[in-house]
Amino acid sequence: MSELTVTRLTDRGMISLRGDLSDDALRSACTGLSGGDFPEAGHAIVSGDKGLLWMSPDEVLILLPQEEVGQALETLGSALAGSHHLAVDVSDARALFRLEGSGLRDTLQKLTPADLSPATFGPGRIRRTRLAQVAAALWMPGEGQVDLVCFRSVADYVQRLLEVAAEGGPVGFHPA
Amino acid sequence: MLIFTCPCCGERADETELSPGGEAHIERQSVESSDEAFEGYLFIRENPRGVHFERWRHAYGCGKWFNAARCTVTLEVFGTYPAQTMRPPQDLLDHISQRRPGWTWRDLA
Ligand SMILES: [Zn+2]
Repeated sequence: MSELTVTRLTDRGMISLRGDLSDDALRSACTGLSGGDFPEAGHAIVSGDKGLLWMSPDEVLILLPQEEVGQALETLGSALAGSHHLAVDVSDARALFRLEGSGLRDTLQKLTPADLSPATFGPGRIRRTRLAQVAAALWMPGEGQVDLVCFRSVADYVQRLLEVAAEGGPVGFHPA
Repeated sequence: MLIFTCPCCGERADETELSPGGEAHIERQSVESSDEAFEGYLFIRENPRGVHFERWRHAYGCGKWFNAARCTVTLEVFGTYPAQTMRPPQDLLDHISQRRPGWTWRDLA
């Protein structure tokens, strides 16, 4: 039996923000919402239920409590007024899962071609990839923990994928 | 299996995380163009045994397009570079010349 739990987190708000990530106004608007630093390429800066995930050269995903999303969108709108950007509440368009326990890397490695060895994937990093047949983004809020988002339309598929992958337990590919 | 380093986000992406986009550096033709130029734009493609230049999209990652140079025989990847260029960077061409002396591809060598 694997000691790995899969939990769907339903209370997290998510804002997809596209724009010029080098723009100071955009960066300070984001860090004002998340309370942390602005992540470099390929990185995620997360603390508790707030955070900034670097998704692409022109996109960040802002994590925050769901009840703060409306106010955050207004804050972003006024901070970025006049500059080309797109800020959308995607809380209901994404599903967020938390994996906790042992054998995390091995379990996920069954589903993705991304290199999940500690050298390239650890706390602080984010990796957009695929889990079996669907897109997902993975990051580690801390050791022994992986959070991931996928499209909500495939949430059931991903939940079962993760459960089935966890069932077999670790295979000894990655160090526990 | 092909592994490309996406020049847009820096990730090492497996072939199955990417969408193929066909040959790189195809020049757009429009209403002013000759029939011959239009035929070349629409239909005429390289099918080399060896060095090839292609477009790929990091579909399961950052979503951006990029260009890649690889060998169609051995699947050796010579390098990747941004899509916003009409010609591969010189250091990549030099690297290919080291790996495959005497190579040619369209008007590149
Ligand atoms: Zn990329």
